[in-house]
Amino acid sequence: MGVQTWTFIIVGFTFLLYIGVAIWARAGSTKEFYVAGSGVSPLANGMATAADWMSAASYLSMAGLISFMGYGGSQYLMGWTGGYVLLALLLAPYLRKFGKFTVPDFIGERYYSSQARIVALICAIFVSFTYVVGQMKGVGVAFARFLEVPFSTGILIGIGIVFFYAVLGGMKGITYTQVAQYCVLIFAFTVPAVFISLQMVGNPIPQIGMGGTMSDGTYLLDKLNLLSTDLGFTAYTESGMNNRVNIFFITAALMMGTAGLPHVIVRFFTVPKVKDARISAGYALLFIAILYTTAPAIAAFARTNLVQTVSEQPYDGMPQWFKKWEGAELLAFEDKNQDGLIQYVANPEINELTIDPDIMVLANPEIANLPAWVIALVVAGGLAAALSTAAGLLLVIATSISHDLLKNYLHPNISEKGELLAARIAIAVAVVAAGLAGMNPPGFVAQVVALAFGLAASSFFPAIVLGIFDKRMNKEGAISGMIVGIVFTSIYIWYFKPQLGGPGTVEGHWFGISPEGIGTLGMMINLVVALVVSRMTAPPPQSVQDIVEDIRVPRGAGGATH
Amino acid sequence: MQNKNLQLYWRRNLKYLFILLLVWFVVSFGCGIIFADSLNAIKLGGFPLGFWFAQQGSIYVFVILIFIYVRLMNQLDKEFDVDEK
Repeated sequence: MGVQTWTFIIVGFTFLLYIGVAIWARAGSTKEFYVAGSGVSPLANGMATAADWMSAASYLSMAGLISFMGYGGSQYLMGWTGGYVLLALLLAPYLRKFGKFTVPDFIGERYYSSQARIVALICAIFVSFTYVVGQMKGVGVAFARFLEVPFSTGILIGIGIVFFYAVLGGMKGITYTQVAQYCVLIFAFTVPAVFISLQMVGNPIPQIGMGGTMSDGTYLLDKLNLLSTDLGFTAYTESGMNNRVNIFFITAALMMGTAGLPHVIVRFFTVPKVKDARISAGYALLFIAILYTTAPAIAAFARTNLVQTVSEQPYDGMPQWFKKWEGAELLAFEDKNQDGLIQYVANPEINELTIDPDIMVLANPEIANLPAWVIALVVAGGLAAALSTAAGLLLVIATSISHDLLKNYLHPNISEKGELLAARIAIAVAVVAAGLAGMNPPGFVAQVVALAFGLAASSFFPAIVLGIFDKRMNKEGAISGMIVGIVFTSIYIWYFKPQLGGPGTVEGHWFGISPEGIGTLGMMINLVVALVVSRMTAPPPQSVQDIVEDIRVPRGAGGATH
Repeated sequence: MQNKNLQLYWRRNLKYLFILLLVWFVVSFGCGIIFADSLNAIKLGGFPLGFWFAQQGSIYVFVILIFIYVRLMNQLDKEFDVDEK
């Protein structure tokens, strides 16, 4: 059976699984819809958080990026995992004790201000929506490429599935489907890695295999370094001197952005107790780490395989996968010197082969001659990753509207049933909007995701951390800090991103920091502004200071309340 | 629960955070970025050490840090009688 048939079968099976879980996990109250009744076990929450976190980008693009960047890819590996330490230690337990439903809830109450709540909710919606459009685009691409279903139809199917379990079950449905999706995606990611590791270094554990020896006795990484430098690329494992500041800033921005993203934070409202919040962050990172330590191994294997297969080899003798990806226009060859051989080198004048990094994860099983069902499994895994993240993001958008905007601002007298209905309608509308936007994505989706991290790092992260650790932090300080952080970060990113219309150039980067890393500076500015302004204005009311005292102590954490 | 006790509890919490976050910083930004070059001179099996920290080692340490934190806090909560029953 061909790849396409297998893909239909496996993807179809996983979709049935999600639907089954959704029916079992219907939500009957706002508490169930927003925070799954606060009854999710830490282990399940860990898996759900991991699936929620690992999007199509983590799954498909990251390993490819690392294989082309080598050491430089570490900014993503550390950046997208290190933030969980920040979450576990600085945010999760206290927010759980706080006991509300959303991040704007916390900001609004802690800073006793509806303006703060509104600013927070606008940021939350903006950050989540841009992120989810990217996921929808990924779903469309996966369907188009593997199921030969047109791009738009693929998106329709994707939003259909998400619609079903999100509208029916809210956070409860989403959480348990995410658990199922985690199982699918982690299995799908590690199976090819294990096979390839066995093939290349004789060790089934990719993390160890990466440091293993090949059949001729040389270490894989040494060989890869040699192959790279021979072709004019920097050595794979080498950390370049010039880029250090930028890598530092990007890694920090990604870490703090992670800890400031609403769809991640809200996961910690769904567990029964404060100590559960702490440990589920541990489980979440453990489950995430399984993929994140496999990915660099895949990257190294794939890179080695690729270079050995193509470099100075006849174009006509290229294997099936080469032709296929060439056909899909994600790989291009131009025989500049007409010698019939492929020159793949760093020098752009001589280089004849261009490859889209995104294909590496998908092409890897083919390069390693793995059976068709493995490839189909990888597709199912990619879809699981995209759908799980999309659902989490859509829920944030919906709750921002039904809970933060409607219930807590415009219509405080809305009944529980009314709010639940509003939440369902909001998520339905959000799903459709995201699908439509995914069909016509603005060309700058990836750039806007960088903005999302930068904003989360420079606005939410400091505002929440200060809210917990600095009793003296008041509304004036927090709001000024958030606004300055957001404005500075947004302008810098817009200015230095030509795709967004900005006029800046790489030479103009402050201290060599690229837009992806500016969130770190934005965070620092927010911190300074917030601290200074708060000391110049009145302290927060005693009732708020009491809240801060209370959230620092685990005992007394009730179920999440209105 | 006495106010004094709560203050002590909080200070212990902060102390733990400081130490754990220091390790977090050293292993990622320190070993993985700032000193990666120098550490690369040392080999861990087939891995240059700086590279290993940046792509794998720091992640393992992150996971361990969180579980250590959980352990410490569970004990601290019991000690100060603020744990959830």
